[in-house]
Amino acid sequence: MQIIDRRLNQKNKSTVNRQRFIRRYRSQIKKAIADRIINRGITDVDKSESISISSKDISEPSFRHGQGGKRNRVFPGNKAFSVGDKIPRPMQDEGQAGKRASDNGEGNDEFMFELSSDEYMNILFEDLELPNLQKNQLKKLINYKNIRSGFNTVGTPSNIDIVRSLKGSLARRIAIKSPLKKQLKKLQQTLQQLPSEELVQSKRLDDEISALKRRIKRIPYIDSFDLRYKHFTKLPQPTTNAVMFCLMDVSGSMDQKTKEIAKRFYILLYMFLKRSYKDVDVVYIRHHTHAKEVDEHEFFYSQETGGTIVSSALILMQEILADRYNPEDWNVYAAQASDGDNWDNDSLKCRNLMGTSILPRIRYFAYVEITEREPQTLWHEYQSLLEHFDNIAMKKITQQSDIYPIFRAFFQKQGINLKFNSSLKSRG
Amino acid sequence: MSKKRLKSEKVTASEPISTGADWNYDLINQYYAAIEDIANDFGLDTYPNQMEIISAEQMIDAYASAGMPIGYNHWSFGKHFISNEQSYRRGQMGLAYEIVINSDPCIAYLMEENSMMMQALVIAHACFGHNSFFKGNYLFKTWTDADAIIDYLVFAKSYISDCEQKYGVDEVESILDSCHALMNYGVDRYKRPSPISMREEKQRQNDREQYLQSQVNELWNTIPEKSQSKDGKTRFPSEPQENILYFIEKNAPLMKSWQREIVRIVRKIGQYFYPQRQTQVMNEGWACFWHYTILNELYDRGHVTDGFMIEFLQSHTNVVAQPDFDSPHFNGINPYALGFNMMIDIRRICEKPTEEDKKWFPELAGTPWNESLTFAMRNFKDESFIAQYLSPKVIRDFKLFALNDDAGLNELNITAIHNDVGYQEIRNNLSMQYNISMKEPNIEVYDVDIGGNRSLTLRHITANNINLDETTSEVMKHLHKLWGFPVKLISEDVNGEQYVLNQCPLEAATDTNG
Repeated sequence: MQIIDRRLNQKNKSTVNRQRFIRRYRSQIKKAIADRIINRGITDVDKSESISISSKDISEPSFRHGQGGKRNRVFPGNKAFSVGDKIPRPMQDEGQAGKRASDNGEGNDEFMFELSSDEYMNILFEDLELPNLQKNQLKKLINYKNIRSGFNTVGTPSNIDIVRSLKGSLARRIAIKSPLKKQLKKLQQTLQQLPSEELVQSKRLDDEISALKRRIKRIPYIDSFDLRYKHFTKLPQPTTNAVMFCLMDVSGSMDQKTKEIAKRFYILLYMFLKRSYKDVDVVYIRHHTHAKEVDEHEFFYSQETGGTIVSSALILMQEILADRYNPEDWNVYAAQASDGDNWDNDSLKCRNLMGTSILPRIRYFAYVEITEREPQTLWHEYQSLLEHFDNIAMKKITQQSDIYPIFRAFFQKQGINLKFNSSLKSRG
Repeated sequence: MSKKRLKSEKVTASEPISTGADWNYDLINQYYAAIEDIANDFGLDTYPNQMEIISAEQMIDAYASAGMPIGYNHWSFGKHFISNEQSYRRGQMGLAYEIVINSDPCIAYLMEENSMMMQALVIAHACFGHNSFFKGNYLFKTWTDADAIIDYLVFAKSYISDCEQKYGVDEVESILDSCHALMNYGVDRYKRPSPISMREEKQRQNDREQYLQSQVNELWNTIPEKSQSKDGKTRFPSEPQENILYFIEKNAPLMKSWQREIVRIVRKIGQYFYPQRQTQVMNEGWACFWHYTILNELYDRGHVTDGFMIEFLQSHTNVVAQPDFDSPHFNGINPYALGFNMMIDIRRICEKPTEEDKKWFPELAGTPWNESLTFAMRNFKDESFIAQYLSPKVIRDFKLFALNDDAGLNELNITAIHNDVGYQEIRNNLSMQYNISMKEPNIEVYDVDIGGNRSLTLRHITANNINLDETTSEVMKHLHKLWGFPVKLISEDVNGEQYVLNQCPLEAATDTNG
């Protein structure tokens, strides 16, 4: 008999099998996620997610008996039956009653399981990447890494490099001692060769020798001069910074449902940026006739109404950009949600603002118009920008379920587009 | 032995082994020694034991691969893992206290969360109950090779992961899917298998690859000759083959040798589990009987306290409880309950037979119980065990009744209850319920059109108008994938009438014989 403690063994023996399962049913899971994302609350948006997929899809077939036919069965717990009794067939086939009656509240045709937050995000953002991501000049240095850079003569005792210091000590001792030793040797030789009657001379030599010996003895074994300290320098570790501008119209024409849709869109964008950048600043700008920079809560939840002047938000964004986010240091993204309403003559102003001072400075501008109506002036004005800029994209959302596909369409991996472009170029 | 007895008698006079709920290695060793003493006194013959302490997460892992300590990777194990983990986390499912593996040495898992009493219970139940069953029962002796299974699983895992490297995960997964669909049809029920010499598996595998391929080539090379005798209705295979996976492994025309090897692996593992599917009642009953007997003896010898026994009896009672058919907890007949009560009853019949027992079990009444029980354990499977040993008393205790369920009628017909007239019928019906050939559809390889389009025909012999369920067409697709040519499933009823039940691909497999 032997006892083996396996508790410290690897716990997740089934991880590979679990991943195989997720891999196999990726398309179903993706669909389930797309269905669920719109129903998700905002605060729990990057938590793990319960997914249910049809258990029919994942069943393992085998040759099995179906229902029906003639069967003789034996059951326990007879109470009142006698031979020859006829009892009506229960609603569910009795032989299976036990299995089916397990009222776990899920029903038999759904297979429910939980995806971890990571798995969830991976599937959610599969094949998506941020457009025009460049490693900009790096400004925000979030950490310094200590690296060795040679030796120093000053430093803290804990950094003393003993080998190096002793080498120095040895060298110094040799350098100082050797001329003295030479001299000593010379004197000793003369003393030996000296005839014994020259007492005065020998007395003088003796004195000199002992003085020399004392000098040699007084050479310190180690001197502060010998000490060498390991030298460290701090190397800044660069990070890529991003700032995301959320622009939202909260004018009277934006109803709660529309705002809700916009909210979802921003949440997706934020989650997405978070994954690619360590630090993502978010600037929330809400506007009606005036634009105002607000905090997250106010942005999503506070109620305010009024007319609509979109350019006010763009002007504010431009100011903030100039003020705090130098485009040379920051990856700037912006997403604007609106129902397309605007003062007619303001739309032209918007286009000019965008074309002259915003688009050239930012990585990407995503405009979603949440409306069921025909596009209005703002849409048309923005559309004309498409010809000159490749970092603006616009899409129309009519209902909640559009959000995720459209979000994906915005950030589809660029490889496809790039290929397309290059093939165009080669043809040209 | 006599020394050991002396020692245990000394303990009897003194304190119990432990009083607290916590366990440690030292206590496990002491309990094991005491239990081993008792098991030896009862003459239980076991493989050496290896106990592994695992955590709850590891227990869920062990569940997922059907108790195989080492399994190849496949999504279906992941699915089982996920669903087990989910129901465990939601509290819908408790974990089994133990998992025991039919191997030599016999591996039993003890969960770290178990109390000392539970560990002792698991030791008695798994390390001595199941273990001696694995070693003694004829099905396990015939179909499994306890000292080679671990080696074989290691071989299978590495072979399959090598294949994944060479041919891609998707390729391998698709073969495995197809094999899993036919896993229950990988055993010759009435033929003794050749001893599964798994240790040499790897060395021999290369030779086999070549040999297999040459066999296959030979079969398909002789096409012209065979087709001449087509009028004489020469069939291939000459007799229907029930081992579908074996037939595919040996005869599928286009399969690559690594694919044949994978078919073989699934078949071999299916064969390893084959005895377990047929001895659930006996195996659990035997193990429950022994943990019950051993722990009671432990108490009688003064090794354990009253508190220990009360805790034990509570979990024992839960395990062997049988809810009535109309209870919301009813989930079929509990094999633990039926098996345990039958085993206890055999002991009772041997020790204190009533007049009824003498009439029903003249060969059993009054014999030494341990011998008779061991005989039953060694030489039966569930089906025959129930047919032989289900006593009127157990039928009465369970209040068993038999009914006839004919889908053609609106009402169920009660055909027997627990009275003198009914005992025999209940016994027969229950025995049939555990007959694996009744539980699983009877499907055989029937014909291969060697001279023609190479299509493979399976035959399903229906009984009692019970048809196959809707996943059949999926299985046929898998079969088609393995075989590579059209496959067809025909159904034959009691009168010998045949009709095509399913074919894959749908249009191509028309019967060329007319």
